Amino acid sequence: MRAGAAAGFALLAAGLSATALTFFSVALWTGSPVHADEHRGSVEDVDYASPLEVLLSPDGARLYVLCQQSQEVRVLDAASYAVIKNIAVGRVPRGISLSPDGARLFVTNSWDDTLSIIDTNALVVVATWPVGAEPSSVVEDRQGKRLFIANRISNDVAVLDAQTGAEEKRLLAGRGSSYLALSPDGTKLYATHVYPNASPHRTAPESEITVIDVARAVVVDRIPLHGIAGVFHMAFSGDGRLGVVAEYHPKNLVPLAHLEHGGAFEDTLTVFGADVGKTVEVPLDELECYASQPFGVAIAPDKSRIYVTSGGSEIVTVVDVPRMLRFIHAHNGPFVQDLSASANYVVARIAVGLNPRGLTLTRDGRRLFVANRLDDTISLIDTRTNRVTSTITLAGPKTITALRHGEQTFYTARYSFQGQIGCANCHIDSSFDGIQWNLEPDGFGRSIVDNKLLEGVKDTEPYKWTGTNPNIPTECGPRTEKYFWRSENYDNLTLADLTVYVRSIAPRPNRWRLAGGELTPPQERGQAIFERSVDKFKKPIPEYNRCSYCHSGPKGTNQKIVDVGTRKPTDNTGLLKAPPLTNIALTAPYLHDGSARSLEEIWTVYNPEDKHGRTNDLTKDELNDLIEYLRTR
Amino acid sequence: MKKLCTIALLLVAGTTAFAVPPASAAPRVPVPPTMPRYRFENFTTANGLPDNHVFAVLVDGDRIWAATENGLALYENRVWKTYTTKDGLAHRAVLSLALDKRTGDVWAGTMAGLSRISGGRIDSYTQLNSGLSNDVVYGVSVEGENVWVATAAGGCRLNTRTGQWALYNERNTPMVEIWTYGVAATPTKVYYAVWGSGVLEYDQKTGRWDKYDDPDGENEIVLFKDQGLIHEIVTSVSYVDNILWAATYFGDSRYDGRYWHNFLTKDSGLPSNFTNYIKGVDAKSAWFCTDKGLAYYDGVNWAVYRTSLKDGKPEMTVRDAEAKVTPVAVTTAPAHNYVLGIDFQGADIWVATAKGLSHGIREKQ
Repeated sequence: MRAGAAAGFALLAAGLSATALTFFSVALWTGSPVHADEHRGSVEDVDYASPLEVLLSPDGARLYVLCQQSQEVRVLDAASYAVIKNIAVGRVPRGISLSPDGARLFVTNSWDDTLSIIDTNALVVVATWPVGAEPSSVVEDRQGKRLFIANRISNDVAVLDAQTGAEEKRLLAGRGSSYLALSPDGTKLYATHVYPNASPHRTAPESEITVIDVARAVVVDRIPLHGIAGVFHMAFSGDGRLGVVAEYHPKNLVPLAHLEHGGAFEDTLTVFGADVGKTVEVPLDELECYASQPFGVAIAPDKSRIYVTSGGSEIVTVVDVPRMLRFIHAHNGPFVQDLSASANYVVARIAVGLNPRGLTLTRDGRRLFVANRLDDTISLIDTRTNRVTSTITLAGPKTITALRHGEQTFYTARYSFQGQIGCANCHIDSSFDGIQWNLEPDGFGRSIVDNKLLEGVKDTEPYKWTGTNPNIPTECGPRTEKYFWRSENYDNLTLADLTVYVRSIAPRPNRWRLAGGELTPPQERGQAIFERSVDKFKKPIPEYNRCSYCHSGPKGTNQKIVDVGTRKPTDNTGLLKAPPLTNIALTAPYLHDGSARSLEEIWTVYNPEDKHGRTNDLTKDELNDLIEYLRTR
Repeated sequence: MKKLCTIALLLVAGTTAFAVPPASAAPRVPVPPTMPRYRFENFTTANGLPDNHVFAVLVDGDRIWAATENGLALYENRVWKTYTTKDGLAHRAVLSLALDKRTGDVWAGTMAGLSRISGGRIDSYTQLNSGLSNDVVYGVSVEGENVWVATAAGGCRLNTRTGQWALYNERNTPMVEIWTYGVAATPTKVYYAVWGSGVLEYDQKTGRWDKYDDPDGENEIVLFKDQGLIHEIVTSVSYVDNILWAATYFGDSRYDGRYWHNFLTKDSGLPSNFTNYIKGVDAKSAWFCTDKGLAYYDGVNWAVYRTSLKDGKPEMTVRDAEAKVTPVAVTTAPAHNYVLGIDFQGADIWVATAKGLSHGIREKQ
């Protein structure tokens, strides 16, 4: 039983009225020290495993489970599921892969920018190499010559010497470069990315599959993914003729008003390769059966099936490949919005655990292992029957804390109409998605808003760009329920737990700040501009027009509502809450509507009257310095 | 713009020169063995180029990039493809090109920003959306993870790993004018050609700047030969084998770190003192792209490739150490005498001119 629910039942058992219970919940929302601490106390002492990825050894004898929260690789016997060893790795590990001979296991540690190398004979970490910013996936070439690592923050794929770890170069990938897959013949490496590439304001998001020639280690092609924002794992058929990638297709150019018509996201695959003949986007959804947050993907060795995990819908979708190919070849033109299409090729939707992510097939394709991140289990699916035959429970705490329940609530799609979306659809990995939305409460076509980062959101109320939501429970509760979910409301305790989780989301480490916190000379000069009170002509800058006034405090917001002259004709108001500056370097585009494609454009394009701080007296060098400083926030 | 105006003026001058009556055929004589001979195949709008004004050319293996006034053209598998602003190019007029040999990315300086072409995707940096100091990008050079840029308002360096821009101008370098016209970056030194402010040198190890000026200042008189940089109006720089080659509109210079050696038409085989572009091959040899033809210097001898100023026919001349000029019988010449750029493809050369792009196919001698 989860801790929050336990507390609630305890209150009921004590004979408190429903009114008192409601008060208890509200007290949690507003940060009452007594109750909130009860939850957080249980939270901080508990390390769940949170399995994110699973991998079988080449001989199929071992199952490697990458556990993100306990920050370890758990090595299980693939037959008995007995634990062989738990191997500690770095902070927030995200990617795992084996060397071609299976002798080395690589783990990317996304929060300390390192790569752990595990000797699979000794089952110990034999080296930890510093790598790029937020390494998320790693692949070694067939010759054991080079390692390729996708770096989410620097938007690239780093090329390293596989024996020494020396970085040879970085290849430009998509924004939020995250997942890698090698073609079966080992000649091409494919990279995906979780945030869309830059595109003109209010146009469909654009993503890509970056194709790298492994031998030359250069980008040779970019497969365009039109309308896609959020691209995750890839897989190839053994003959290399079919490639598939799991992705989100947001409908962010139309008002987010008709969830009952499938109006928020399409959950899709893009398939490509010789079997397809072209790049085709294939929907997984159908009415009442959505595949929210597709993430992991695998193709059966005989190419008969594609398996896809959906973190929000908590299912594995099974696609019949021959039927899918027949459907594709019989239908010209896009059919991605056709909710009846998937019935032609989806043959099963298998319920698994909470927030299923990585998956792996045995070599014979008979068994499929699925990592259920938020209930610490591995589902084992018999692929002949498409049934879960067993569920492996990983060692760890059995009590579900408020924080854990809040995180489960954040990722699940079960609360929305027909289970279409969850918070994590727009807040990928509890952060942001890099796109702009038209929300119904502000009016159709009115007040376009850029999605904001959730990291460090605690104590930065009021919320929404206009600051009209006074606290997180209002933001996550009535507003979300009414305008996003259009379905059932959270019960009070669930909302309280969700609030606890959202308040707990910590900022990822800032990569522009030097170790030790000191600033570089350009950053120091930028800080002086940020904090200045007189302009270059010795004229005083009014307090309200100084950077450091609105963006004060450790999170860079004074939490006040101001007009900085950025109102657009479609905006209902020019009054906006000063947004926090937390990890501002990551979250392009900028301004409330995402119209500024870069930090520079905030001032070079959208501050003609110096209302958004006094900046028009600055030279280009000085503006660059200011931006260098902002990147450290 | 200055470059464009100059092109227009020189085109008129060149056309007039072609009206001179043809001279008698040159006798066949042996060519000094080190002076290469080429058969030129020319590309214009008639056979695929998007525009005949070609400001720069870049060889990347079997692929040829041409910076034209109306798009960035790529020649691959004998087919031309043109990238335009619709593809994300910062501006249709492309002025400069550089190749990141490690990644295969091409960097293009344009009249309205800097573009990066990577695997078919084009990302553009402007003075509004990035830290680029000015949109008019005359020169670009890649060294390691840094992209060095010459703009109409100073130099810049983009660190592609961190995204950080560093700007170089009159406030933090000895630059007097900020009109930088060319840049050559290497692991040890970076040189800027500054229009009206000589050559700037950046030492990668110390982070210090130095400056080389014409000892005669802005006077158009050379009091002492080889005293220093030949002129303040520097258009192009090249640094190879620890040798700086500098082109100006009033002659060219070679500097070995201690001694200068200058080249003028009156005492060398240079076809014109008006040099748009210079490219060193090694410590002793270099190519000179002038308004009156293309020249190659091997350290002793000079070869000039052009259309004859007298009769408009293809011409190659060789000038030896004794200043004896020998004509060589050829049947082809670069597309135009106003030459703006050169790059090498094995033994072949590719030449950017004001009226087309030329492929100089090395002939056996």
